[in-house]
Amino acid sequence: MISQKTEEVLEKLYIEIVEQMKKGLTHTALKIKEEGPEHTELLKKKLTLLKDGLFKLTKEGEVEARDVVRRHRLAERLLTDVFDMKGVCVHDSACEFEHILHRGIDEQICRLLGHPTTCPHGTKIPEGKCCKEKGIKDVRVIAPLTLVKPGEKGKISYIQAEDKNKLQTIMAMGILPGMDISLLQNFPSYLFKVGNSQFAVDENIAKDVYVRLIK
Amino acid sequence: MEVKKIIIAGNPNVGKSVIFNALTGSYATVSNYPGTTVEVFRGNARINGQEYEVIDTPGMYSFVPVTEEERVARNIIFSEKPFVVVHVLDAKNIERMLPFTLQLIEAGLPVILVLNIMDEAERLGIKLNTKLLEEELGVPVLTAIGTMGQGLANLKGKIADYKTTESRKYIVRYEPRLEEFIEKSPFGRLNSLLLLQEDTEIVAKLLEENKPAAKIALKDIEELKKKYSKPLSYLIALERQVAASAILDKAGVNKGRQMGSFAERVSRLTMSTFGGYFILFLVLYFGLYEFVGKLGAGVFVDFLEKTVFDRNIIPPVTNFIEHALPWRIAQDLFVHEYGLVTLGLRYAFAIILPIVATFFFVFAIIEDTGYLPRLAMLIDRVFKKMGLSGRAVIPMVLGLGCGTMATMVTRTLSTKRERLIATLLLALAIPCSAQLGVIMAMLSGLPVILAIWLVVINVVFITAGVLSSKILPGEPPVFFMEVPPLRFPKISNLFVKTYTRMEWYIKEVIPVFLIVSVAMWAADHSHLLAFLIRTVEYPLKTLGLPGNTATIFIMGFFRRDYGAAGLFDMQRAGLLTHNQILVAIVVMTLFLPCIAQLIMMIKERKLGTALALTGVVTVVSFAAGFVVNFILNIFKITL
Repeated sequence: MISQKTEEVLEKLYIEIVEQMKKGLTHTALKIKEEGPEHTELLKKKLTLLKDGLFKLTKEGEVEARDVVRRHRLAERLLTDVFDMKGVCVHDSACEFEHILHRGIDEQICRLLGHPTTCPHGTKIPEGKCCKEKGIKDVRVIAPLTLVKPGEKGKISYIQAEDKNKLQTIMAMGILPGMDISLLQNFPSYLFKVGNSQFAVDENIAKDVYVRLIK
Repeated sequence: MEVKKIIIAGNPNVGKSVIFNALTGSYATVSNYPGTTVEVFRGNARINGQEYEVIDTPGMYSFVPVTEEERVARNIIFSEKPFVVVHVLDAKNIERMLPFTLQLIEAGLPVILVLNIMDEAERLGIKLNTKLLEEELGVPVLTAIGTMGQGLANLKGKIADYKTTESRKYIVRYEPRLEEFIEKSPFGRLNSLLLLQEDTEIVAKLLEENKPAAKIALKDIEELKKKYSKPLSYLIALERQVAASAILDKAGVNKGRQMGSFAERVSRLTMSTFGGYFILFLVLYFGLYEFVGKLGAGVFVDFLEKTVFDRNIIPPVTNFIEHALPWRIAQDLFVHEYGLVTLGLRYAFAIILPIVATFFFVFAIIEDTGYLPRLAMLIDRVFKKMGLSGRAVIPMVLGLGCGTMATMVTRTLSTKRERLIATLLLALAIPCSAQLGVIMAMLSGLPVILAIWLVVINVVFITAGVLSSKILPGEPPVFFMEVPPLRFPKISNLFVKTYTRMEWYIKEVIPVFLIVSVAMWAADHSHLLAFLIRTVEYPLKTLGLPGNTATIFIMGFFRRDYGAAGLFDMQRAGLLTHNQILVAIVVMTLFLPCIAQLIMMIKERKLGTALALTGVVTVVSFAAGFVVNFILNIFKITL
């Protein structure tokens, strides 16, 4: 077991080194003491290397760190989408959550949320094993249209489109969070109903519309 | 004094053109699919003795345009300084469409709101209180059933009585930070909102007008963007939707209930995998083969040509001309082989017109029922392989009627790449109805050749599509389309629409036909024709075609259907073997688009691109003919 404090450090290392391409981080940047407990744990468990005063992630360290980041961002999704929390509160609670969601539980939550690919702030959620074998049979609370069964109903939870034009296209049709939606068909194209209109879209758009299912 | 302008605007497929037609008494095409109107139509209306100019715009979902025609529509609204903007919306979808009304109001435009298609809304149990809506929105509101003429007198009255009221630019209040930006910005509420939504056109325009201020504004927006996790345009759309829903709640709008109707079941059938393809087959078989092929190209052409022209027009005219004009050369201008009457008018009226008319009629039925978006949904997966989205099925099917019209309709496609591929395929592998009709008539007794021809054309169509999607750079297209309810076509609209298209076609075609006749006559007498024929003969002979098809291909350059009609003539005179028929119609189908289509290509895609496409088409068509002939020869196949 890695301590909570160390997990926080790993998270920071992952974000800054893997995502923001920094070379390494110093003790001060990581807000840890030289020879302190985190310092010792990081090196003892071979999670990081320390070279010229800079911490760098090892292979194992990166795997662990990626996992922490994934759990954090999944927790954020869970809090915003399912518990309807907003703002700073989400981040702080997510920080606590990430330590509780141990392996297995994070996969369950990922399934529940329809394997989201970005956190509510738009940064990527590292992919888990479950995302590769995602399926319609999962227990889902929220799911992208691509994982909704024809005949199922729900409310649009959020739209996640990295591409501005695509987002504009979806919004312009009046497909916005909070609207009732039901999927009618998923082949050869996705056919769904919002309000009193039906829309046909391809997989490219369907995968970005996340629906909170109503049983 | 300038004439007061009325602009009709709104979401796609809500009946704007119906209202335009009712106000002006003219005819803009009305159909049941989003994107029927791709151009701006202008007409005049007289209301209470006052003259107005009425402008019909292509449908748009919001002020931030996604497709070309949305851009056109928006620019009209911004640049024309309208007396009123009539916003037409589909009453059953008021919740989804009201945000656009709010956009118009917040842009400070003089809006009249028309809740159209009330009959369908009422069937769903939706009740709308226009009085309360008027109070909430601060603009005149009325209900209408455009296709039945209901509510139009009321609309005219509201236009005549329209008085500019206090502006309600603040009808939607956005997040405090956004409002602060708008307050501070020197560009006004509308432009500032568009800036926040990162509208590239407005950004460019403002940068040009006032560079320093625009730069500051853009920097502020970058700062704002960092404060939110969602794109600003998303926040704005959301808040507008919330405002719209709140207004509807206050105005006591009953949102209605769901009903599973018979039409809904049929609709689903047209979009299911098996049912869909079966219905497509029925549409093609009865619509194209039986109605256009057998009735149009068979019965009608036979009657007009044999009975009307050959028996009742040509003999007396020839007789008259031969007596009135003593010179052979002058006689030839009107009659004999390349005469205006014997060639030009006969081809135009007896062969082409009945075919085109029947096609347009079938197409009108397909359009008005709302079948096209369903077909688009079915075919999207296949079209994606060719770099097109399902939406492109509309210009493609229309291209089976008239390639020129269809080239214009490629505007509804959302990327440049898609428009280019669609233009190429229309020029290359989509035969127009006149051609198709003639080909059907030629092949009606020759099912094997018909089958081979179909295969060859489809292979070329798919190969050309797949290759161009591989070669051309750019993102793959995204498919989205609103699927309107299936509706019963209104018979009067079918006839008016067919008539209007025929009129357009005649105006377009007849002069070309006559000019071609005269040109052929002149060429014939100046020995130019003989020279041209000799030039074209050689490549044609390598395709195994007889020398006299040269004339037909030369005419075919002016109009493909003209050439096809010439082939038809030759076949009936027994001048072609079956192998030659196959090769000739393959080349003719793939060959250069007619002059009108070429002009449209230049207009829509610019000269260089159009010429490049033409070059590709010429090479491919002859190459395909060569390959077919080569295979037939090698295997010593005689069809």
